Amino acid sequence: MATLSPQSSSTQNVASASATEASQHEELLRRILEPQPGQRPLNRTWNAIVTIAAREIMRYRRDKAFLLFSVIMPILLVLGLEGPLQSNFGQAAGYSLVTFAITGILAMTLYEHTLQGILSLLEDRASDFTQELLIAPVSRYALIVGKILGASVVALAQGLLVLLLGIFFFQFPVSPTGLLLLLPVALLTCFSGGALGLLLLSLFNSQRSANQAIPLLLFPQFFLAGIFIPMRNLPWYLDLLSKITPLRYSVDLLRNVVYSGQPEYAKVALEGPLVNLVVVCALTLLCLVAGTILFVRSERER
Amino acid sequence: MQTAVTDEHRLSQPEQSTVEPVIQVENLVKCYKKAQRNAVDGVSFSVPAGSLFALLGPNGAGKTTVISILTTTLSPTAGRVRIAGYDLEREAAHIRRQIGIVFQKPSLDQNLTAEENVRLHVALYGLYPYRPAFRLMPAAYRQQVEALAELLDISESLFKPVKTFSGGMKRKLEILRGLLHRPAVLFLDEPTTGLDPESRHSLWDYLRRVRATGQTTIFLTTHYLEEVEEADAVCIMSRGKIAASGTPEQLKASLTQARLLLDAPERARLRQELQQLGVPFQEGTVFELPVAGPQVQYLLKRLETPLSLVQTHAPSLEEAYLHIIGRQTLDSEEE
Repeated sequence: MATLSPQSSSTQNVASASATEASQHEELLRRILEPQPGQRPLNRTWNAIVTIAAREIMRYRRDKAFLLFSVIMPILLVLGLEGPLQSNFGQAAGYSLVTFAITGILAMTLYEHTLQGILSLLEDRASDFTQELLIAPVSRYALIVGKILGASVVALAQGLLVLLLGIFFFQFPVSPTGLLLLLPVALLTCFSGGALGLLLLSLFNSQRSANQAIPLLLFPQFFLAGIFIPMRNLPWYLDLLSKITPLRYSVDLLRNVVYSGQPEYAKVALEGPLVNLVVVCALTLLCLVAGTILFVRSERER
Repeated sequence: MQTAVTDEHRLSQPEQSTVEPVIQVENLVKCYKKAQRNAVDGVSFSVPAGSLFALLGPNGAGKTTVISILTTTLSPTAGRVRIAGYDLEREAAHIRRQIGIVFQKPSLDQNLTAEENVRLHVALYGLYPYRPAFRLMPAAYRQQVEALAELLDISESLFKPVKTFSGGMKRKLEILRGLLHRPAVLFLDEPTTGLDPESRHSLWDYLRRVRATGQTTIFLTTHYLEEVEEADAVCIMSRGKIAASGTPEQLKASLTQARLLLDAPERARLRQELQQLGVPFQEGTVFELPVAGPQVQYLLKRLETPLSLVQTHAPSLEEAYLHIIGRQTLDSEEE
């Protein structure tokens, strides 16, 4: 009997617990639904932009495979592609093809990753998370700016990796003033990629179809924009194709900044910084406005 | 104690007519692009504040379309909607602040933790400023989340990714998240679909408590008709139109009748006796009589034939529902 008594007392406890459980739950619910007056955000829209950007960064931080690939990919490109290129054709070019390509890869990384980041809205749509975003009392423009901003931060972190790789291992030619100017230019490159992504968003209805189409859109740009190989002395038709490649102007603007004041500048740069800046800004703005209008319309008007 | 009782009484019987309804829908029409017929075809109804309103109908009747329009994620083709005093067309942003939604498919970010999902919500709704970590968030928020974790019994997995949660737990988390900004109306689009009976039961326990603590109006769509028995008002949709509406009792009373089922070893004797008494009946595998309430006892007292079966049959909302939907299908076939 002695062994039974603790058991019976525990069942008694359970019984009394379930009796008070209901009132306990009421109390908890009240605490959840009637919170103490807390600190409100200063600006709702800005708060929403920061929130969405932060979610974007959090998502990538969790993705171990993504982190690993983003480290390996630039190293692979620099060593595997530009090493042989330099040893075979470096003499003919008259300047280091490795540093040339690192600037290209830097621009490419920023551009591509922001674009992919925006296209993750397709993934959100598939997992129905966009609904939570779209019913929030936040303007559509804030949603998109937040998304692009978050993707840009992730892309910039990767760009920094490429930059450090270049500075420490390949005598990257950037000057202190160039380094200072690099940040706004890098951000603009991110935004131009993000804006294109936004425009593409309304063309695809799933991540799968986007994954198939994106290489088709990006690879020709990588070749024609002069990421890896200089775009000089081209036959007229390739020259024309190169000139209508949006990425060409972003890459060139980045090189304008990196090579400014260096002896190679005249050989490397294709256009002046002003021309590049105008072209990139105009294209980005166009894609951003058209993309936002299409995005909002496709969600609401079905 | 006295006040608590009257409070509950008031909640279960919302005031009518004097107060402006929290949702007012007039002649709502939605025609999807490239669609042959209207998904929602001239629907009108109103929902009094504080009530539990249920929208029923078979798949494809237009329930989710109605919810999408009311929650501002879809543009209507025509019609007028007012929610919490705001016009849907012109003041969508105000409406978004006044509503909470639990969608048919979970809209949690599976890769984020439960706390991060909640933090995202409160920051988007402008309740608190966003901070990159839980401990940096305002104290009021932290207390709120701790109470939430205790209520859901997820104190240990609060900082684990939501994808590790069970379906029922995700639903409860979504409902609480939807209530954090204290909406006037909580929309629940088939909240219990795909849950096991136990999770469904506890989810409803929990919704009842939510209803008892606040003035939140609940707008529900579901396929489980027993969940709707306690609703204040029910609308049944079929092919984009409202086929029937009223309280569950009204629907049951108007559409199906209570019946008395009888049987006896000596069927001929029973048949004769019933004919003598002048009671209408149908004879199938048993005798079915349209008799209910006190009449049952009266009839049984007068019957002398020994009975082998006495059963009263009260109609359920499910029967009424099937009756309405069945009638609608017949009508459309005749067209």
